[in-house]
Amino acid sequence: MSKLDSKIPAGPIKDKWTNHKNNINLVNPANKRLIDVIVVGTGLAGGAASASLAEMGYNVKAFAYQDSPRRAHSIAAQGGINAAKNYQNDGDSTYRLFYDTVKGGDYRAREANVYRLAEVSASIIDQCVAQGVPFARDYGGLLDNRSFGGVLVSRTFYAKGQTGQQLLLGAYSAMNRQIAKGKIAMHNRHEMLDVVIVDGKARGIIARDLITGKIERHSAHAVVIATGGYGNVFFLSTNAMGSNVTAAWKIHKKGAYFANPCYTQIHPTCIPRSGDHQSKLTLMSESLRNDGRIWVPKHKKDVDAIRNGTLKPTQLAEADRDYYLERRYPAFGNLVPRDVASRAAKERCDAGFGVNATGEAVYLDFAAAFVRYGKEKAHVSGLHNPSEEKILELGREVIKSKYGNLFQMYEKIVDENPYMTPMMIYPAVHYTMGGIWVDYNLQTTIPGCYAAGEANFSDHGANRLGASALMQGLADGYFVLPYTIGDYLANEIRTGTIPTDSPEFDAAEKNVTDTINKMMNIKGTKSVDHFHKRLGKIMWDNVGMARNVEGLKEAMAEIKSIREEFWKDVKIPGTANSMNAELEKAGRVADFLELGELFAKDALDRNESCGGHFREESQTEEGEALRNDKDYAYVSAWEYKGEPADAVLHKEELEFNDIELKQRSYK
Amino acid sequence: MSSNKDMDLLLKIWRQADANSKGELVDYNVTGISPDSSFLEMLDVLNEQLVEKGQEPVVFDHDCREGICGMCSLFINGEAHGPGDQITTCQLHMRSFNDGDTIYIEPFRATAMPVIKDLVVDRSSMDKIQQAGGYVSVNTSGNTQDANALPIPKADADAAFDAATCIGCGACIATCKNASAMLFLSAKVSQFALLPQGKVEAADRVKNMVRVMDEEGFGNCTNTGACEVECPKGISLDNIARMNREYLSASLAD
Repeated sequence: MSKLDSKIPAGPIKDKWTNHKNNINLVNPANKRLIDVIVVGTGLAGGAASASLAEMGYNVKAFAYQDSPRRAHSIAAQGGINAAKNYQNDGDSTYRLFYDTVKGGDYRAREANVYRLAEVSASIIDQCVAQGVPFARDYGGLLDNRSFGGVLVSRTFYAKGQTGQQLLLGAYSAMNRQIAKGKIAMHNRHEMLDVVIVDGKARGIIARDLITGKIERHSAHAVVIATGGYGNVFFLSTNAMGSNVTAAWKIHKKGAYFANPCYTQIHPTCIPRSGDHQSKLTLMSESLRNDGRIWVPKHKKDVDAIRNGTLKPTQLAEADRDYYLERRYPAFGNLVPRDVASRAAKERCDAGFGVNATGEAVYLDFAAAFVRYGKEKAHVSGLHNPSEEKILELGREVIKSKYGNLFQMYEKIVDENPYMTPMMIYPAVHYTMGGIWVDYNLQTTIPGCYAAGEANFSDHGANRLGASALMQGLADGYFVLPYTIGDYLANEIRTGTIPTDSPEFDAAEKNVTDTINKMMNIKGTKSVDHFHKRLGKIMWDNVGMARNVEGLKEAMAEIKSIREEFWKDVKIPGTANSMNAELEKAGRVADFLELGELFAKDALDRNESCGGHFREESQTEEGEALRNDKDYAYVSAWEYKGEPADAVLHKEELEFNDIELKQRSYK
Repeated sequence: MSSNKDMDLLLKIWRQADANSKGELVDYNVTGISPDSSFLEMLDVLNEQLVEKGQEPVVFDHDCREGICGMCSLFINGEAHGPGDQITTCQLHMRSFNDGDTIYIEPFRATAMPVIKDLVVDRSSMDKIQQAGGYVSVNTSGNTQDANALPIPKADADAAFDAATCIGCGACIATCKNASAMLFLSAKVSQFALLPQGKVEAADRVKNMVRVMDEEGFGNCTNTGACEVECPKGISLDNIARMNREYLSASLAD
């Protein structure tokens, strides 16, 4: 299929990006002032792209559904950001970061993109430090690092458990400088509801002002979608309540292929759900696995005693505990990649060893770390023969300085003190590796329409390693898109301002208005959340951590039927021309009800286990995921054809020239 | 902590159709609220009931629901983000209340943060303060100096981090009897004042940010310290002292 040209530059992998930058078209500074770029989303990718494009001289129009760009959900990322700086002298390099990321993604990412990501990673840290991002430092005043899952080096930069916040505030500050100069026109509380295509090129968007309900037209020479992932299709996830697929889905319906929708990351360390009232799930940073040990009781009788409260976890003898990750994966232990850790937790809980009332929780225990750090601290402080209690006290202080805010967050939600009793955790939907298909330039299959950050599919394959999302969002936003978009915009210098009174804008606006009116006029009997929860349940049960052919077919049929019911029976109070949170949700859920079916269809097509996608039909005798490179080493790019079930599959075959494909082993 | 029993509550909630309408407190009863649910999940239950009855749900700002985005902004029983230390509204759990309680729920109020609808307020004035100087003027480039070329004492970096953890929710402003934005502003000024990267523009930064704060209609600081008490992130009053020093030395240099 000719449309799927990945445009990977020729030459050795280490020279591709440099050569590409040297060969692509540039726009001269005077001409940049004549060009408008729309950026939808102001998280790490969108915020960084908006600021960088404006600094270069383009006129940026940025959009966010929140009341300020600073609130995009990148803010919630906790643990850190990877970069191949090798500050810890543990042999890290661009190649190692590239290798770890491709392997961690279970060999389903595009090599050239990942290499570029690793290559620009060091510049991200330099850039953020220059902006005044307060990363953690050691006593010599130099930057500190920690380890994350799936790697054997320490390359993660962090700012306590608030790394995403600090990086986003860095991008936000860079945006503010350009907003003050008038180079970014910031549209807060606006939601993009369609893309406008003129003569085959993306030329603008239709957006709804969420305060007044007014439908607005905005034009530009290119449109960048940086609207994050679609994990909320599961209803419960670690995403923000407003995180949605709408912008990505709207461009999909206008011609952008959607790649690998079934690749979802189920994060192993989240706070278990407590009941039906739950509206979202909260992540506990993976960095905790540096010091926490994961276990369940070895014996069922102890499980029962813990569940009915007659036995405390701290009372259970070491010999009666099953540190199942250390048992199954001695080389990586508690630091196996996320997909492996999540499936192992599910396996133990499915076997009946879950430690809370719902049976869906395992322990993350810091007792050993308290002792280890406490002894070290006592030694440093010159305390001889400290009591056991003193050691624990000192150790708890060290842990507090590392993860204080996470422990506090846990206690607020669960009402248990994790310094005194192990945390309980369970996997939850966290990140979507799938997204809009893009070529090497981050351009979608619609000319002039780009996708950056979590919204695209490109760098994480079938599983994302910890601390790689922040890296990718900022790489795309600061160092990739601002260059590659110039290659396209170089042909737009004579175009002039794009008018918004064209028939294409008329039609797009009418389409949006008609859809809103249709929804408002259903006047059915059930709330938007009712449908969202039903969708989420079928997604979690049948398209979650383990999938099989029957379950997936059932999910496709059921999602279709929920969708049909939604369009007959949803009830949205209020009006369309005022602030209306139910209407906003309805639009997003309507899109999730289409995406969900494509998601299941994609999972059905991929009859192999890889990364976050585990097909029960494809596993080893020991129950480990079994990949099938012969038949499935491709990117699934889906073309919209009306009903999600009718979507047409295009395959981008993945070529691995610099890394040998192996079955992943963390043993 | 209250018992594990589900709770029935009387809510008195500020309802206001839009910025130009007059608002009022309206009574709502909710029943069967789990003490483990969060305050916003309790409002979800209420809204679900209102939708069922065909009434307009209560609009409130919220997004991440894990205490970091700064969207949620409720004044609960006369306190920004309700009872409890160093939490946002979304981190407040119903176990902090008792069965049969009456709870007053109002928006964050300040002249510079007018109500948009119900419990939602317009905080764009806070963004404007940041736009006046809350940044280091460095363009994106692959050629800034190596991140470790500039060692920063750990104590300074940690103090800068503490100031930088402000989530921009506006609790300090809503709590202050003068509706002053000093704690908010001083957190950003302090972050950069403590770091070498921020020194170059320090004088202009503090002067411009203070000027815009005044222009936007925020009040003055009279050192009551209420802002620090209600700040969900524990931003310290020391930042205001540091900001005043910065402002004074910048003004004297003129």
